[in-house]
Amino acid sequence: MKKIHVTTTINGKETEFLCELRQSLLEVLRDVLMLTGAKEGCNNGNCGACNVLLDGRLVNSCLVMGAEVQACNVQTIEGIATPQGLHPLQQAFLEGAALQCGICTPGFIVAAKALLDQNPKPTEHQVRHFLAGNLCRCTGYDKIVRAVLQAATS
Amino acid sequence: MAQVFQVIGTRPIRHDGLDKVTGRAQYGADIQLSGMLHGRVLRSSHAHARIKSIDASAALKVPGVEAVATAADLPESGDRIAHLGEGAVNLRHLSSNCLARGKVHYKGQAVAALAATNPHIAEEALALIKVDYEPLPPVMDVREAMKDSAPKLHADVFTEEMGQLKKDKPSNVAKHFQFKLGDVHKGFAQAAVTVEREFHTATVHQGYIEPHNATAMFNPDGNVTIWCSTQGAFTVRAQVSELLQIPVSRIKVVPLEIGGGFGGKIRVYLEPVAAVLSKKTGKPVKILMDRAAVFEGTGPTPGSYIRVKLGADKTGKLVAGEAYLAYEAGAFPGSPIGPGAMCIFACYDIPNVLIDGFDVCVNKPATAAYRAPGATNAAFASETVVDEICRQLKIDPLEFRLKNGAKEGTRRADGPIYPRIGMIETVEAAKKHPHYVAPLAPGSSPFPRGRGVASGFWFNIGLKSSVTASVNNDGTVSLVEGSTDIGGTRVSVAMQLAEALGIRAEDVRPVVADTDSVGYTDVTGGSRVTYATGWAAYEAAQDIKWQMLEKAAQLWKTDLDNVVYDKGVIRAKDDPAKKITFKELAEKIQHKGGIVVGRATVDPPWPGGAFATHIVDVEVDPDTGKVSILRYTAVQDCGKAIHPSYVEGQIQGGAVQGIGWALNEEYAYNAKGEMTNASFLDYRMPTSLDLPMIDAVIVEVPDPKHPYGVRGVGEVPIVPPPAAIANAIYAAVGVRMNELPMSPGRVVKALAAKK
Repeated sequence: MKKIHVTTTINGKETEFLCELRQSLLEVLRDVLMLTGAKEGCNNGNCGACNVLLDGRLVNSCLVMGAEVQACNVQTIEGIATPQGLHPLQQAFLEGAALQCGICTPGFIVAAKALLDQNPKPTEHQVRHFLAGNLCRCTGYDKIVRAVLQAATS
Repeated sequence: MAQVFQVIGTRPIRHDGLDKVTGRAQYGADIQLSGMLHGRVLRSSHAHARIKSIDASAALKVPGVEAVATAADLPESGDRIAHLGEGAVNLRHLSSNCLARGKVHYKGQAVAALAATNPHIAEEALALIKVDYEPLPPVMDVREAMKDSAPKLHADVFTEEMGQLKKDKPSNVAKHFQFKLGDVHKGFAQAAVTVEREFHTATVHQGYIEPHNATAMFNPDGNVTIWCSTQGAFTVRAQVSELLQIPVSRIKVVPLEIGGGFGGKIRVYLEPVAAVLSKKTGKPVKILMDRAAVFEGTGPTPGSYIRVKLGADKTGKLVAGEAYLAYEAGAFPGSPIGPGAMCIFACYDIPNVLIDGFDVCVNKPATAAYRAPGATNAAFASETVVDEICRQLKIDPLEFRLKNGAKEGTRRADGPIYPRIGMIETVEAAKKHPHYVAPLAPGSSPFPRGRGVASGFWFNIGLKSSVTASVNNDGTVSLVEGSTDIGGTRVSVAMQLAEALGIRAEDVRPVVADTDSVGYTDVTGGSRVTYATGWAAYEAAQDIKWQMLEKAAQLWKTDLDNVVYDKGVIRAKDDPAKKITFKELAEKIQHKGGIVVGRATVDPPWPGGAFATHIVDVEVDPDTGKVSILRYTAVQDCGKAIHPSYVEGQIQGGAVQGIGWALNEEYAYNAKGEMTNASFLDYRMPTSLDLPMIDAVIVEVPDPKHPYGVRGVGEVPIVPPPAAIANAIYAAVGVRMNELPMSPGRVVKALAAKK
């Protein structure tokens, strides 16, 4: 099948890739670019495990086609920490034991970053509302919500 | 006397945490191997049908498709039973569940698989595999399936009636058994109050976010390597060995990180299929399930019909209990009816009990373990009836539990006499908790509110674990274990080693190893890892301590009985000047004295069991039937909480799975036996917006046998929620919900029936 050439920015770095028309951004990230931090939980936008930021907006990468991200700015979980250290959300998740199996964690951290980028001091209800598109089956959300609130204070 | 701890009870950052918050951790689906093919599985479109023929010739002609597999590629398995740690399975049925042989017994059952160079090619080619089915009538409900007139799933399943196989005619009822204690007729004769009710619960799924996956490389020398997300690498090895008839020594299972399991990732689905496709192609083959396949083809936990009758005398003492439980096994025998029947009255001391249990095949996916398998269904029934008795006798429900609760010496109806347990302590803690002490406040909304409580029991298991622990010359210890870490057990096991050696948790480096690299270890299930693998780590620490003492004695040229190990420092008894820290000695022995490697393997005794008591406040919208959780408190006996944050996490997560089971979750079926809600959106597990914070209260009644008093914590928190919520709904609006889930439609219907 003929492939599309795409030039885009991923985690701050200009990136080129070839993808099939039918490949989602999630597939491109995982199978073409080997950025496997975004996870497939449902492949239909229900669970949020594949969350990335597309031009600063939170999206389910399983619902975006790879070919759509030409000249965009994509930020994945791999781009949240810097060589100098973890993002406050990542630190808060670690210290607050806000993960168990960890499969939903990248999606939650990306989603929570999107929230804090637009609302640095959310209330508990605002956190719960914003993260309602991310499913976690292990934690019951308690420690996740607390970790996001904690990160918002730092 | 209570032990004083340095490491246990603290909250260090888990060793695998950094990889998991940065997206670096490698889960099963993340693996890429050179030349790897992608496998996909064709699933049955019928709930019940005979397979007349399978023709894959058109699919094999698609460019990129390299092999097809069907049941004809699997050796015929005999009727042997394999024990998987949590539940057992008949190998012939397990084989047919991986690739159907002759018949399909549920929609979504695997029928054929193929491997192609690209996952999209594989998906498209699947549609070209022609399966000729002869549809048969399905039977979807447990009580329908028990009727003589019901369609039979299997020609070779007969009822095992009280231990005797009735071979006269095939039946969907695979098993009927009884537990008896005392004399129920005499018991009920003493009762001042008797309540008997019927309950139905829907089929629900474990709902882990990571779909099943398996990658296999079958080498020409006959050795197979399997990479997968599993609760038990050795259990996968044993099943693949049996199903493909390959010696275990030829199979290496590499457990990658696992994205949730809750009991559902013990049985194999894809692993033998990937191995067969790899053997045919000579290339590694990776198979991933999609979400619909996870719902339709794996798990779930059974729907059930339960009848409970309880009697109490006028002082509120339980005098008799009777229960009838029929659980849907799904396509093949093996529902968790045994544990369900053992758990139904397990929280109470009842002198006269009669329990009947039935394991019944229906045309739904073969049920798998799910967090305290069987116990939640049972507790929904028994704890609701207990609440009714309390209301009739006007006794506070926690007082009732203090009066009747099981304690050390109580005999359970299925035989065992409890050792030291913490049922009463959870009730006492609940009674004192600010949640229970505070009256239920009216809210700003006009909707009625109510409070409910319920208790629950789960056995927990011991089983086998192995570890090795190598002392590094910088004073750290590399800990190799076989228990896959599903929620923070690397840290809870490492902490027990650190405590025993008197070093920091951070100075232990835990690794989960493949089946060639560590001794046999049973599944991560039964709430056993912190208990049993932690115990193995404790024993390995003792092994290290003895070796370190020997090294110190050699160093000081003194007798072994003149040296002692005290919290990470070795001292000579006869000379206070002679002391050396663990770290100093670790560095010294690198240069002289040799290397220290500790090892241990344990098969611990049956643990004392876990009890929980939950309190919930709800609000019910009488127009829509929506039930909102306002406040939730979960009290649990944890024996000894090694890492309190992850203990709380287990309690909170378990409680929320129970809340989902109570209010939302169910497999919806149409008349053809097709699941109509096989997506996360339609199945509707709880989201963050549906819930308040979950207050987890840790009670510590140490398990008397475990070196640190640990009790497993993972499973019991799912048991009380449906009953606690049902009792709260009654308190709010005066209707008794006898069916799960208590979804808005059912609540509205119950309210209408009351009027």
